Amino acid sequence: MLIVATITILVVMIMAVTRAVLGPTLYDRVLAVNMFGTKTVLMISLLGFVMGRPEFLDIAIVYALINFISVIGVLRYSDHFILKRSGEQKK
Amino acid sequence: MKDLLAVVMLLGIYSLLSASLFVAMDAVDVAFTEAAVGAGISTLLMLVAITMTGRSEYPERHKPLLALAVVIVTGSLLIYGTLDMPYFGSAEAPIHQHVAPRYINDSMQEIGVPNIVTSVLASYRAFDTFGEVVVIFTAGIGVLALLLVARRSEEDEKADLFNYSMHEQHLILRIVTKMLIPFILLFAFYVQFHGDFGPGGGFQAGVIFASAIFLYVMLFGMTTARRVINQSFIQMIAATGVLLYGSVGVVSLLSGKEFFDYSALSSDPVAGQHLGILLIELGVGLTVASIMIIIFFNFASRRGNQ
Amino acid sequence: MIDSLMQVGSSLFLLIGSFLLLSGGVGILRFPDFYSRMHAVGVTETFATSMIIIGLIMHNPDLLVDVKLLLILLMTLFISPTAGHALANAAMHADMARPKNIKSDDEVTSSNS
Repeated sequence: MLIVATITILVVMIMAVTRAVLGPTLYDRVLAVNMFGTKTVLMISLLGFVMGRPEFLDIAIVYALINFISVIGVLRYSDHFILKRSGEQKK
Repeated sequence: MKDLLAVVMLLGIYSLLSASLFVAMDAVDVAFTEAAVGAGISTLLMLVAITMTGRSEYPERHKPLLALAVVIVTGSLLIYGTLDMPYFGSAEAPIHQHVAPRYINDSMQEIGVPNIVTSVLASYRAFDTFGEVVVIFTAGIGVLALLLVARRSEEDEKADLFNYSMHEQHLILRIVTKMLIPFILLFAFYVQFHGDFGPGGGFQAGVIFASAIFLYVMLFGMTTARRVINQSFIQMIAATGVLLYGSVGVVSLLSGKEFFDYSALSSDPVAGQHLGILLIELGVGLTVASIMIIIFFNFASRRGNQ
Repeated sequence: MIDSLMQVGSSLFLLIGSFLLLSGGVGILRFPDFYSRMHAVGVTETFATSMIIIGLIMHNPDLLVDVKLLLILLMTLFISPTAGHALANAAMHADMARPKNIKSDDEVTSSNS
C-alpha cells in the first residue's frame, strides 16, 4: 500500500509540473508550485518509510514550512507588481 | 519565457525536485540544505531583486555568437577531461577505497557522533568549514558596503502606508503567521542542536531561522521589523559567530596542539570533540542566520527607494 | 489482533488518500479556469495529506516518529487552507483571471445598496 501511495504522488507531481509550465496566468503557476510543495512533503515522508529511515521526517517538516514561506513571498511581491502597474489606485 | 516571475517560480520547483532526488539517493543532509536554501531563501531574494529590476526580460540586442563558441570549446575540453575518471558510483573509484572507508570505520571511535556528515564537516575538515563561514561573512560585508544607505524615515513611512492599506486583506495571514513563527524559530534551534544525531547542523539551522524572520518582515512591514530586530545587534552577532569559530581553533593552538584539534578542549578526547563540534556549529548557525537577515533587510529596504 | 487491525486501517486511509490525491491532480489539469482549479486543489490537498499521514501514524508503532507525523499533520492543517486563502484573495484583488459572471466585492455591494 505504501508503494501505491508513492506512485500516486509521483503521478500527481507530474500533473502539477504540467500545470506550472502551461498555466496561462501567474496565479495558476503559483497554485501549481504550492501543490508541488505539499506533494513533496508527502513523498519525503513516504520515501522515509519505504526506505526504512524515519529521519526524513525532519526534512518533511522543513519543506512544509519553506513551501508556505515561498508562496507567501510570491503573493506579497506580486501584490507589489500589480499595485505598481495600476499606479497605486488602491490606496 | 519573458516573465521573470514565472521563471523564479519554476526555479523553486527545480530546487524542490533536486532535493527530492537527493533524498532518493539517500543523502539526507544535502537534501535538507537544498530545500532550505534553494526553495526558501533563493526564491525570496530573487523575488525582491525582480521588484527592483522589473518583471520582464529585456529583448536581446545582439546575438552573442563568440561567447557561445568559447563556451562550447571549453565545455567539450572539460568533458573530454572527465572521460578519464572512473564511472559514477563505481566501486573501484579511489574515493571508495581509501577516503570513505576510513571515515566510516573510524568516525564513531574517534569522535563519537552518530552523524558522519557532521563529524566530517565539523571535525575532520573543520578548516574548510571555517573557510565557508568566512566566505559567507565576507558576502554579507560586501552587501553592506554596496547597499547600505542612510535611512530617511519618510521612505519607511511611505512603504508602511502601502503596507497598512493591505492590512485587512492580510488579516488571516498575519494571525496564522503569528502562531507559526515561534514554532519555526524553535524548530531552527532543534535542527541546530540535533545535527549530531540526524540531518541538520549550523547551516540549515541558520537558514531556517532567517526564513522565519523573512516571513515576519514580509507580512508586518519594514518599520515594525526594524523595531523588533536591531540592525547593529545583528551585525554584531554575525561577527561574533565567526569569532567564536576562530576562537576554538586559537584555544587549541594556545594549548600546544594543532589548529582546530579538539582534544585540547577537555581531558577526555571524545568529550573534547563533542564540545568543539557544539561550539563551532553554534558559530556557523549564528553567522549564517545574521548574514541572511542583513542581506534581506538591505535588499528589501532598497525597494522603498523607488 | 489489534496490530492487524491497525495495518488494515492504515491501508484503508492510504487508499482513500491516494484517491483524493489523484482527483486533485486531475482537477488541476482539466478544470477550465483558475478558481475552479483552486477549489479542486485546496479541498483535496488538505484532506488527502491528513488521510495519508493518519495512515502512516497507524502503520508505525514508534513514539518519536508518531509525534513528528502528528506535528506535520497539525502544520498542514494550519498552512494549507491559509495558503489557499491567500492565493485566492490575491487573485481576486488583482482582478485577474476572473470569468465574466463572477462579481467582485465592490460590484456586489454597489448593486445591493
